[in-house]
Amino acid sequence: MSDFTHGFWSIFISVLTVLSIVGTWIFLKSQTTRKLAPGEKPELMEHTWDGDLRDLNNPLPRWWLGLFYGTLVFALVYLALWPGLGNFPGLLKWTQLGEYEAEVQAAEAKFQPVYAAFMQQDIPTVAASPDARAIGRNLFLTYCSQCHGSNAEGATGYPNLTDGDWLYGGDPDAIRATLTDGRSGIMPAMGEALGAQGTKEVTHYVMSLSGRTHDAALADAGRPKFAENCAACHMPDGTGMQAMGAPNLTDKVWLYGGSEGAIIESIAKGRNGVMPGIAQTLGTTSNKEAKLHLLTAYVYSLSQQTK
Amino acid sequence: MISHATIEKNLGLLIVLTILIVSVGGLVQIVPLFFQTSTTTAVAGLKPYTALQLSGRDIYIREGCVGCHSQMVRPFRAETERYGHYSVAGEFIYDRPFLWGSKRTGPDLHRVGGRYSDAWHVAHLMNPRDVVPESNMPAYPWLDRPLKDAAIQTKMRRLNLVGHGYSEAEIAAAPAELEGKTEMDAVVAYLQSLGIHAPKN
Repeated sequence: MSDFTHGFWSIFISVLTVLSIVGTWIFLKSQTTRKLAPGEKPELMEHTWDGDLRDLNNPLPRWWLGLFYGTLVFALVYLALWPGLGNFPGLLKWTQLGEYEAEVQAAEAKFQPVYAAFMQQDIPTVAASPDARAIGRNLFLTYCSQCHGSNAEGATGYPNLTDGDWLYGGDPDAIRATLTDGRSGIMPAMGEALGAQGTKEVTHYVMSLSGRTHDAALADAGRPKFAENCAACHMPDGTGMQAMGAPNLTDKVWLYGGSEGAIIESIAKGRNGVMPGIAQTLGTTSNKEAKLHLLTAYVYSLSQQTK
Repeated sequence: MISHATIEKNLGLLIVLTILIVSVGGLVQIVPLFFQTSTTTAVAGLKPYTALQLSGRDIYIREGCVGCHSQMVRPFRAETERYGHYSVAGEFIYDRPFLWGSKRTGPDLHRVGGRYSDAWHVAHLMNPRDVVPESNMPAYPWLDRPLKDAAIQTKMRRLNLVGHGYSEAEIAAAPAELEGKTEMDAVVAYLQSLGIHAPKN
């Protein structure tokens, strides 16, 4: 990267670099004494301490000198081949970005044929392929497992993807839309509107919808309140609405827990479930479309196997 | 040429020559970085941290997050596949000090902004194993306490000295922005701001 604010800096770097190499070379040369002839004694420096402790001016060892000149030559060769001298890109034209892009291209060339075959197939077909599922599982572990778990069974607040119950629909197009753009499921807080007693009544009515043990009197009182406050999203019969991601309340699947306390909390305080779209994360990786395709197929396959 | 004996006997000369030699590396490798567009210009969309994000960043530093999490996606395919676009210098203009880190016991966090929901971060910081059973990250439950950052205005003024450009209105509003927030809120706000202005290509 050479985007200096002024041309001076390129020259500054080049001159200092070359000067330091040449200067070191000249300095070393000037300080090198000739090799001693066989039998010749090195010159005695003037200091003598403690009577007999003498300082001899031995010449620098030749192997050491060789190494030093070697590093200087190495530096010059390096600066000729690779970037280093200001704006000079080097004879090899190497760049960090170029190396990265070559790596990506090599990977694309390797994986494109694999992906291309899957791109020809529709999601159910891809989902049936063990090879595609193996790739999809790798993608899932990289991008999805942090919330949905490595076994895709989710956690409190994070949907289980293996149970065949879908908030926004489980057909390939819906899954792909969820993956691409994410989802934002907002259940407004009803605590103030319903009051503590009203919340409890609606809770028992909700429990009655899926045939749970409940207080019949409370549930009866909650029925009209449910129709008034909840049915718009969860539908009058409580089966939910996938267009809004409103959960089906008549089944045994509880995203935030199905205990009386958990349902009261959901109603009173509301819930805010966010699935971030992975389009952003996938945005800069290679074969983005193919990955979305395979990931969709993998997520689709998760609930197909358990059916 | 000055002889070895002369240099050895004149301490002043020895010091000057030593400083000359050791400064070459810094002059060539560090000084020009202050005069490069890519290292001194913010990427499109990047803004200085808000008061809440700034407080969260200080908590991130206090808790030593940088000891296990880097904030630097390197330009290798293995990293861009996992995290997103590689990091560029212009994204760290408002990081003083930068938190690139050099240790990845946990994943890199530079592209973590927007990747998870706020609720996920809260659950994860309270106890990482609630959302990622395989995680070996420590829990940080004490972050769920009121945020007390009395120095926030001073911090913003000091950062203005190096060009962060907080307006007087922003500085005046800072304490109100932090009012009623928890340390958790601040950290999550900071994390959600990380790396969201990746170059588009």
